[in-house]
Amino acid sequence: MKVLILAECDQQKVLPISYELLTRAKALVPEEEIGALLLGAGLPRQEYEKFSSAGVARLIVYESEQLLRFRAEPYSAILQACVAEFKPEIVLGGATSCGRSWLPYAAMKMHAGLTADCTELGIEEKTGLLLQTRPAIGGNIMATIKTPKHRPQMATIRPRSTAAAEPGSWSGGQIELRQPPPAWLESSLQELGFEAVDESRELSAARKVVVVGRGLKRPENLPMVEELAGLLGAALGATREVVDRGWLPYSCQIGLSGRTITPELYLGLGVSGAIQHLAGMQTAKRIVAVNSDPEAQLFSLADLSLVGNMQEVLPVLISELKRGGQI
Amino acid sequence: MRIAVLVKQVPDTRSVQMDEETGTVIRKGSEAILNPLDAYALQAALQLRQLRGGALVHAFSMGPPSAEQTLKEVLALGADRASLISDRACAGSDTWATAQVLAAALQKLGPFDLVVCGERATDGDTGQVGPEIAACLNLGMATFVEQILDLQEDWLDLRRKTESGFESWRLRLPGLLTVTKAIGEIALPTLANKMAARRAQVPLLKADELGLDPESIGLKGSPTRVVKIFYPSLTRKGELYKISDEASLLANSRILAKYLREAANK
Ligand SMILES: Cc1cc2nc3c(=O)[nH]c(=O)nc-3n(C[C@H](O)[C@H](O)[C@H](O)COP(=O)(O)OP(=O)(O)OC[C@H]3O[C@@H](n4cnc5c(N)ncnc54)[C@H](O)[C@@H]3O)c2cc1C
Ligand SMILES: Nc1ncnc2c1ncn2[C@@H]1O[C@H](COP(=O)(O)O)[C@@H](O)[C@H]1O
Repeated sequence: MKVLILAECDQQKVLPISYELLTRAKALVPEEEIGALLLGAGLPRQEYEKFSSAGVARLIVYESEQLLRFRAEPYSAILQACVAEFKPEIVLGGATSCGRSWLPYAAMKMHAGLTADCTELGIEEKTGLLLQTRPAIGGNIMATIKTPKHRPQMATIRPRSTAAAEPGSWSGGQIELRQPPPAWLESSLQELGFEAVDESRELSAARKVVVVGRGLKRPENLPMVEELAGLLGAALGATREVVDRGWLPYSCQIGLSGRTITPELYLGLGVSGAIQHLAGMQTAKRIVAVNSDPEAQLFSLADLSLVGNMQEVLPVLISELKRGGQI
Repeated sequence: MRIAVLVKQVPDTRSVQMDEETGTVIRKGSEAILNPLDAYALQAALQLRQLRGGALVHAFSMGPPSAEQTLKEVLALGADRASLISDRACAGSDTWATAQVLAAALQKLGPFDLVVCGERATDGDTGQVGPEIAACLNLGMATFVEQILDLQEDWLDLRRKTESGFESWRLRLPGLLTVTKAIGEIALPTLANKMAARRAQVPLLKADELGLDPESIGLKGSPTRVVKIFYPSLTRKGELYKISDEASLLANSRILAKYLREAANK
């Protein structure tokens, strides 16, 4: 096993980031060299088979109710054991709330190098080392990083920065269900409760995002924006100006001090496109901007720009979209 | 109870401007500021101090001598003490080596019941240093904490946000938190604190005082290496439409609707 990917699941399914990590691994090595580690409980067997058929030679599943949610000690203990057993050259995880906590904790324990939030990976021809490229300083620069000596070479990968691997493209994967020994499950965290959020509003996984800026003018104008987001099946995001005014919660903030997103479609309404905001969204596939100021910086990034008053555009746009029927 | 807060000095992004022609960064008078997300780490520590009267809040920073200014700012905002780790041997540290240095400082001046870090620094932007310190010191850890629910002698109740929802946990102490901006509003410094901070001496720690092997820190001790830096091209060639009257409002809204419909169906 050359590459070990750290898959993620909920109680129903293997999550999309896992398939994206698989795409990354397949670009580096053949399927025979790819292993995946999955921690969780209660998943139907078909989910494992489906994931394996997207190109995982060896899928190792540790099942326990106590692995349903991330806790540093158990997750790290299992990863360390797997690295000791399979000696992968490369370990890839998602730049998710889980991966961004799990990998640094384990990297310290293993004395491994770790690169955060990569958007590109490659192999250096001469040395066979992993080249990890990531945005830094708010996306102003890109840095390529390698880990010459320490093993494994570890990286977290920005969600939605590549396509998901297709299931059914490969056969012959081995699936192994394991039970973690109780000693590994010891942790200083004890769970008190969990409240699920509406996934359709979850920014980081959203394929489409409607973002409002200060051009919104008043919170009373939000319902129209929400209606548009609903019609497009998009999650709602905001600039810091909007969050600081308390019009939307911090979980909606996109940018340097908020979330980083890579959706298929970003629609910015009344967003100026300050560099700190761009840091969180410039990797979007398509960018559309509506702004009353023809000089707005977001326009320089947009595939489609509309100079106009968003309060005037919204009702017309909504009725046009409705007229055309379901999207 | 003793609480440590880790704060980093970062370049002010407001003074970072892009040259549109060349796609390069222009650093107009590259000012350095307190990492904006670390102000929330301090805020969390102040909240914790309020929950347990008599708690001590001690801020740490590793950085160039100029980071003293950042620590004074943190004192003005209400921290009780501050220490700066500044040494040429630390230069070029990646997150692994930075965590080694900070962990050694925490051990030297500890023990601490709680260590509080920001979600991430706006320059390096990794969010790795906190979890790495937790691993280094064998501390229990909770990341992306957005609310502190309760604090007792031996444990802390917290709420954190993940992609799937809100989790509540009881963390046994000693432990480490990384906190997000949702933790609360940042209070302004009081005049008295400002004056005191101006006069304060920030003790300086050197790597050898921390018992650190120079081979294990700085560039030498860093597992990762930057191979190359380049500038992403930002500008795209898009289409631009202007609304000037009722007719163009309708026509252009239709163009927009059509584009969104196509993009949404992709
Ligand atoms: C350290 C630091 C971190 C930061 N982090 C973030 C971050 O994470 N995310 C973030 O977003 N910002 C961040 N900022 C703030 C950032 O610099 C900008 O202030 C912010 O992005 C601007 O938000 P905005 O576009 O909503 O507001 P503005 O810049 O005020 O822009 C509003 C826009 O709306 C347009 N407008 C007004 N009325 C209308 C109308 N009726 N119809 C259409 N358009 C209209 C205006 O022409 C203008 O372009 C940060 C700043 C600093 C210093
Ligand atoms: N040089 C440093 N000195 C003090 N604290 C730091 C330093 N670097 C990182 N931190 C802490 O670790 C957090 C994450 O930083 P980073 O991993 O660099 O994104 C920051 O918000 C700080 O709380």
